[in-house]
Amino acid sequence: MDDNLISVNNVSVNFDYQENFISKKQKIHAVNNINIKIKKGSFFGLVGESGSGKTTLGRAILGANKISSGNVIFHDDERDYDLTDMNKQDLKEYRKKAQLIFQDPYAALSPRMTVRDIIAEPLEVMKITNSRQETDERVRDIASKCRLNIEHLRRFPHAFSGGQRQRISIARALVSNPKFIVADESVAALDVSIQADILNLLKQLQTELNLTYLFISHDLSVVAHVCDVVAVMYLGHIVEMGPSRELFKNPKHSYTKALLSSIPSIDPEKRSEAIELKGEIPSALNPPPGCVFRTRCPNPGVDCKGGEIKMGLIEVEPGHWVDQCCAL
Amino acid sequence: MSHLLEVKNLDVKFDTDEGRITAVENISLSVDQGEVLGIVGESGSGKSVTAKSIMKLNPGNTSYNEDAEIILDNENVLQFTSKQDLKKIRGGKVSMIFQEPMASFAPAIKIGAQMVEQLLIHKNINKEEAKSISINMLKRVGIADAEKRFNQYAFELSGGMRQRAMIAMALSTMPKLLLADEPTTALDVTIQAQVINLIKDIIKEYQMGVIFITHDLGVIAQVADHVAVMYLGSVVEKGPVNEILKNPKHPYTKGLLQALPDINNLDAPLSPIPGNIPSPLDRPTGCVFRTRCPHHNPEGKDGKIEMKLIEVEPGHWVDQCGIQCGQNG
Ligand SMILES: Nc1ncnc2c1ncn2[C@@H]1O[C@H](COP(=O)(O)OP(=O)(O)OP(=O)(O)O)[C@@H](O)[C@H]1O
Ligand SMILES: Nc1ncnc2c1ncn2[C@@H]1O[C@H](COP(=O)(O)OP(=O)(O)OP(=O)(O)O)[C@@H](O)[C@H]1O
Ligand code: SF4
Ligand code: SF4
Ligand SMILES: [Mg+2]
Ligand SMILES: [Mg+2]
Repeated sequence: MDDNLISVNNVSVNFDYQENFISKKQKIHAVNNINIKIKKGSFFGLVGESGSGKTTLGRAILGANKISSGNVIFHDDERDYDLTDMNKQDLKEYRKKAQLIFQDPYAALSPRMTVRDIIAEPLEVMKITNSRQETDERVRDIASKCRLNIEHLRRFPHAFSGGQRQRISIARALVSNPKFIVADESVAALDVSIQADILNLLKQLQTELNLTYLFISHDLSVVAHVCDVVAVMYLGHIVEMGPSRELFKNPKHSYTKALLSSIPSIDPEKRSEAIELKGEIPSALNPPPGCVFRTRCPNPGVDCKGGEIKMGLIEVEPGHWVDQCCAL
Repeated sequence: MSHLLEVKNLDVKFDTDEGRITAVENISLSVDQGEVLGIVGESGSGKSVTAKSIMKLNPGNTSYNEDAEIILDNENVLQFTSKQDLKKIRGGKVSMIFQEPMASFAPAIKIGAQMVEQLLIHKNINKEEAKSISINMLKRVGIADAEKRFNQYAFELSGGMRQRAMIAMALSTMPKLLLADEPTTALDVTIQAQVINLIKDIIKEYQMGVIFITHDLGVIAQVADHVAVMYLGSVVEKGPVNEILKNPKHPYTKGLLQALPDINNLDAPLSPIPGNIPSPLDRPTGCVFRTRCPHHNPEGKDGKIEMKLIEVEPGHWVDQCGIQCGQNG
């Protein structure tokens, strides 16, 4: 039996770029030849450079972004869904199983709907329930799991704080009983106390409801605490991937090392011990050949500079994969 | 020397269908030239509302109290009503980096065109100069291919690129006061470090004053000179950054520091402050934190102690209940 829920196979996503109507079309290489497997019940972390393709990859897995090449397979209990080959009916089914928790709890909730209606909307849109009574039951059930009480359901979102709104977003994402959740910077906007509260909630719901998460975040301390596996992205590529403790303790790739060194210290007297990244930031329109990090790598090998080395992950420890040049 | 910005006794209220919400109550803050004031605090505690008040950007259902003052460069911003005056504080002397970068770029206009327009309104320069300043700024915030990104729409950029474009736009006019609302939240830590250094350089170069709102206490430690801690519309503690982070007095500040996930101890559970934040519709009387305070002073718990900041160390102010409750340890 396959214990993976999701297999991402050689997936690339490109966007078109055109300066104006007459100039020639170029391609933004947002996601490049990515392979990942997400185990059932995993809290899979995705970190990396801003603009490196995390959101694009997450959306591609949800079927919300076109996939330029490769495929994504969702292994459901009864059947597999191939996201590059789905008819309308499949897509409808798939939407119930894979959901996004929005980043911004303020923008995501319509101010004119009550909390009950906001949470109920996916059930109604996807025609999952058959009666108002059934809908209400589902809403109440998920709301209480997300620690919202019945009295909250009658209110409008502006009466809630950021953390409570995020719980409303989570309830809305979970109400259709999905198996897979993409959480894109879902706790980024919250203060640390509420953040801890929401993370504990996500963990608890994971066990209760058998959920699998793809957790996209810039907060490495949070990722280290909640994720079991982490992948690090840079310019459309995964440059390192492994069990989270191993990766945080024993990073191999120069970009991962730079990233970990840049976590700001809470001690005002210890300002910046970060490995500073100099050199030109490469462009997704025109990625450098060879290792994508080599224009900024603080300690490149002899072979790296010419761009002769191809990108490709190598397993250096069980489950710990590093781009091959850095691995050597 | 007078402060660049001084906020005195500010209340901000919103009229809503469900009643009047007190978003900010009796806040006083100041920022000097070349200084960074960090604001941290609970989600919904009024940080953004406070910053927006300085540019008078809160919506029509807002009311300010009569005796509040927001003095910027010796003028009371709250008295401003004419277009001319408002222009001075919106993009002129003051720039704001908004918490939601998507909302601050018009969707159908290219990023570059918006940057240029903003510069043309506030600076006495021509289009070519404005373009070159904008592209240069985009480069300085770490955007590769700045010339090309200049020609794109906001939705075509990643979350962090949008945020950097926003920062570039806010800095390009070289305001006297920068209001930065969660400016680095959407950035990875290497680019965050770069952007923080850029902001620091510009502060030095132009003696800009900055209000830096963030929930990231690490970022606060790295950028702020002073810090104000907010909870449910009130400042409960303020002082020099070192004091606040290393010698916090208020139970809420302490709770925040304890909730921080420690990357060096992954076995420690994440510990939020217990209890729920009261709705802004029914703010507690007396100490706003008393419904969740771990200490058990009967008077504090009953709401009989009024909120009032007291100076416990030079420049370090804490709400008095914490002291009266005698539970600082
Ligand atoms: N709709 C779109 N049209 C054109 N380009 C796009 C579009 N969406 C994303 N891109 C480009 O794809 C690349 C990857 O963007 P993506 O949003 O996936 O990055 P990210 O890793 O999520 O970054 P961040 O951490 O800043 O959110 C960027 O170069 C971005 O400009
Ligand atoms: N236009 C409005 N009408 C009614 N209430 C509002 C309005 N704007 C803000 N509020 C309320 O004012 C309070 C303070 O909001 P504010 O946005 O300042 O919080 P914040 O401290 O910036 O929180 P966060 O960290 O989540 O951004 C909240 O309770 C919010 O719901
Ligand atoms: S492959 Fe070479 S250039 Fe690339 S990160 Fe590793 S050492 Fe640096
Ligand atoms: S004033 Fe009293 S009730 Fe309020 S936070 Fe301080 S100790 Fe707690
Ligand atoms: Mg993103
Ligand atoms: Mg805010």
